[in-house]
Amino acid sequence: MKLILDSQRPIYLQIKEGIEEDIVSGQLTEDEQIPSVNQIVNFYNINPVTVLKGINLLVDEGTIYKKRGIGMYVSPGASERLKMKYSKSFFEEYIEPLTRQAKPLGFTIPEINKMIERSWKGEHND
Amino acid sequence: MINLENINLNYKDTKALENINIELPEHGICGLLGRNGAGKTSLLSLISGYRQQTSGNLTVNGQQVYENPDILPRIAYIYDNQKDTEGEYKVKDLLRITEVLRPNWDSALANRLVKLFGVKLKKTMSSLSHGQKAAVHVIIGLAGQTPITLYDEAYLGMDAAMRKLFINELLEDYMQRPKLILFSTHYINEMENIFSEALILHEGRVLAYDSCDALREKGAVITGNVDAVDRFTEGKKILSERALGNQKEAVFFCELTESERQSAKKAGLTISQPSLQDLFIYLTEKEGEER
Repeated sequence: MKLILDSQRPIYLQIKEGIEEDIVSGQLTEDEQIPSVNQIVNFYNINPVTVLKGINLLVDEGTIYKKRGIGMYVSPGASERLKMKYSKSFFEEYIEPLTRQAKPLGFTIPEINKMIERSWKGEHND
Repeated sequence: MINLENINLNYKDTKALENINIELPEHGICGLLGRNGAGKTSLLSLISGYRQQTSGNLTVNGQQVYENPDILPRIAYIYDNQKDTEGEYKVKDLLRITEVLRPNWDSALANRLVKLFGVKLKKTMSSLSHGQKAAVHVIIGLAGQTPITLYDEAYLGMDAAMRKLFINELLEDYMQRPKLILFSTHYINEMENIFSEALILHEGRVLAYDSCDALREKGAVITGNVDAVDRFTEGKKILSERALGNQKEAVFFCELTESERQSAKKAGLTISQPSLQDLFIYLTEKEGEER
């Protein structure tokens, strides 16, 4: 999960997405226990109701499951399902703005591809 | 649960509170926000039974508060300037007196907090620094374990590290033993994420009262190219706007429909949520001018 919350989006969504990102990136694996509400509240110093709201959304969507009195665990197959969901929002949030910006500046697709390749390898565009 | 119906409070010719109608839940951490003189302290002193309303009905669990010996031990009012009432007491005596007055006093918690905040028990209250005094006050608030605890700028004078300790303790305690906490503060930025609800007072009236999420959802900040922002905001009520070069930002206080969100996105505009503090500033500035 990211260590700092921003003030531009609902906090419960940031909690939810933080856990989702950990599942997609493999930091949380299937049937592994996620941080407890208390731990999240203490870490960010935020209202427990806010944390629960995010956690409950994850339960409703089947991403995590509850073991009564023990804690919350990552559902089997959650990572694959989230990746499919992310690919759509990744397209909308990153690819579409990229092409929207690139077209009026006169870049061609091969030029953009080259830039992505360089960025992927960690090179700077000097 | 606290119920306020048509509450008015007058000080001679001044209307301190006007027509307050709200219901506060049994459990929650509610931020009480308002500019100076908005009526925050007046409201808290009514709820705590320090004052009696001029008119209207105020009940806690269905019972009147003012001079009610059954209800008053269940409510703690923690405020900053208490030098007239406590100045000559030693810290340990003040804690001992409070312990007698509070049926649910948790002395183990009090002892732990005294160590945590480094409070010197043998000093008199008037000899303490502002931050140390505030520490004693919040220890009384936390250890009192009253079902209703009101903090009125109670941590004024604490440094950032001490405030953080206090907030940690407040949340930890709230999770174990939920209660109703009303918290008035000017440090909205620092505090807004601990609130479940926010009550915004302005010139003695309730300007907004809702869950923090719901309040923030009603606000939207649109940024992007000036022309695109202007086209989007046409005919809508704007709380605030500012521009830099050909970029512009406009703030609303009305929920955007999904199609409005889509069309904003298509026009290359970004939508974000205002923080509670931003919303508070916009609301009390603008609504103030209109009244």
